[in-house]
Amino acid sequence: MQTETTRTPSGIFVLGEMRNGHIHSVTLELTGKGRELAAARGCTVTTVLLGGEFKDDPADPIRYGADRILAVNHPSLEHFDQEIIAKVTAHLIETEKPEIVLAPATTAGRTYLPAVAALVNTGLTADCTGLDIDPETGLLLQTRPAIGGNVMATIKTPNHRPQMSTVRPRTFRIPDPEDRTGEVLHPAVPERLFASRIRNDGMEYLEEQGANIQDLDVVISGGKGLKRPESFRLLQELADLLEGGVGASRPTVEAKWIPYPHQVGLSGKVVAPKLYMAVGISGAVQHLAGMQTAQTIVAVNKDPEAPIFRVADVALCGDLFDIVPRLIERIKKEKRS
Amino acid sequence: MKIAVLVKQVPDTDEVKMDPEKGTMVREGVGAIMNPLDMNALEAALALKRGAGDGEVTVLSMGPPQTEEALREAIALGADKALLLTDRAFAGADTWATSRVLAEAIRKTGPFDLILAGEKATDGETGQVGPEVAAMLDLPFSTYVSALERISPAEIRVRRTIEEGYQYQILSFPCLLTVLSDLNEPSMPTLAGKKKARRFSLETAGNETLDLPKEELGLSGSPTRVVRISYPKITRNTEHFSGSRLDEGIERVVTLLKEQALL
Repeated sequence: MQTETTRTPSGIFVLGEMRNGHIHSVTLELTGKGRELAAARGCTVTTVLLGGEFKDDPADPIRYGADRILAVNHPSLEHFDQEIIAKVTAHLIETEKPEIVLAPATTAGRTYLPAVAALVNTGLTADCTGLDIDPETGLLLQTRPAIGGNVMATIKTPNHRPQMSTVRPRTFRIPDPEDRTGEVLHPAVPERLFASRIRNDGMEYLEEQGANIQDLDVVISGGKGLKRPESFRLLQELADLLEGGVGASRPTVEAKWIPYPHQVGLSGKVVAPKLYMAVGISGAVQHLAGMQTAQTIVAVNKDPEAPIFRVADVALCGDLFDIVPRLIERIKKEKRS
Repeated sequence: MKIAVLVKQVPDTDEVKMDPEKGTMVREGVGAIMNPLDMNALEAALALKRGAGDGEVTVLSMGPPQTEEALREAIALGADKALLLTDRAFAGADTWATSRVLAEAIRKTGPFDLILAGEKATDGETGQVGPEVAAMLDLPFSTYVSALERISPAEIRVRRTIEEGYQYQILSFPCLLTVLSDLNEPSMPTLAGKKKARRFSLETAGNETLDLPKEELGLSGSPTRVVRISYPKITRNTEHFSGSRLDEGIERVVTLLKEQALL
């Protein structure tokens, strides 16, 4: 363990995510964030890509802020194997000694990163929604919702290295691509690290219901204020009029009113549509973390003190069973004219 | 078949309220429950034991003395043994320091063929302790397990629910799995089970048993530190509409939709 003063900045690792040979967009989101942190810290950004066969150009993240790409291709990285990816990542961290590691909080990242943290003996902060450099100490400030998602906690890793965070997809925006130069390196990794005690036994791809809410311009979400599962039909009608999708709060999913793929929030999906409408959702931080980067937020709630109103552009306070049908009628009228 | 189940006692989150003036969590009168996904892990352990025809299910938890309630609940549900890891020196542990204690307890009380835990706890929601414990014990592990099948005396096949669908993996024992609620329907304790749990003598262990270096324990041994608790920033200038002004509010929404070419 070294103290901060004896250390020179040794760079930021962004662990990319490969899906079926393609670079997942969260890789570019985190590369962009890494660039911002690197500017504040005065260090470099290295994006790490581990995969079987690359169908995208591994140099792509350079335009979004990477100075270097560490690309490792190996047939055993074709399918997700937490044991191999953890060992190879720990090896790269031990050889390159980055001071910060950012990784996607996807099911993959949330699986192998804790193992990496244990292998290299450092801390890991899950599902960060804010990342900054402390101007005084140069330490990474990691912010995430805490205590059941009611408050925000800011977390530091003062003495252990690297400082590691996972971040949900869509928490940060992909920056505009720039004309930048950088290098693509293919580091040598000992063959023994590609051995695993886990056997992949196939994939079953599912057409997830409501899975595409992350790609839509309009998301209409419902909470416990809907009173019963059938009320989601009302939201579906409104969403259909606007070519949008239906989202849901965690309590409605837990009550099995609507399937999990619709869940918006820290433990569900993070969405950033042009219009987000929260109907009968009080607005726990856990939910806000999943939608507050939407361009426009409209909230419908009967409680004038509901926290959701604090992040809304338009607050409609009243009975949702009165307001939503009126809005539907008004939009239908607009479409006819 | 020897199975360990890692459980955590969590606040009954629906009951957690914030003091609007002080901005602190109101802890008084907040109930504590066994983390719901750990109930699924326990149910899976009991089913595997039944399937094997013999075996032993041990529940382990690190926490303050009142964590005993969660362990008694596990005994009522059918667990054979319970170990409470409690010590003032463990307090304030982050996921790394918690995993250190659990891994050491497993090392000292094992060996186990299988270790099960919920995918995450409802309070911290990190999902990190399971994989960290596995890595510290150098065990193969899998996560997000929504179905499992013991396919041979030596192997288990799991279905992981991930973004694109299901991934299937085969692991050989010993291994660690973290599970989702789709895995099973946790049963209710029986009257006989409850009776047994009341009389059951739980094992407790502190660091005098585990003998871990003091600098690796609790808050001081945790790599991560909470340095600030805050409320999310208010980022928007909200226009409020209610009562007779709701029509105006609806018009405002229509205008915004048109401005963004959504209508």
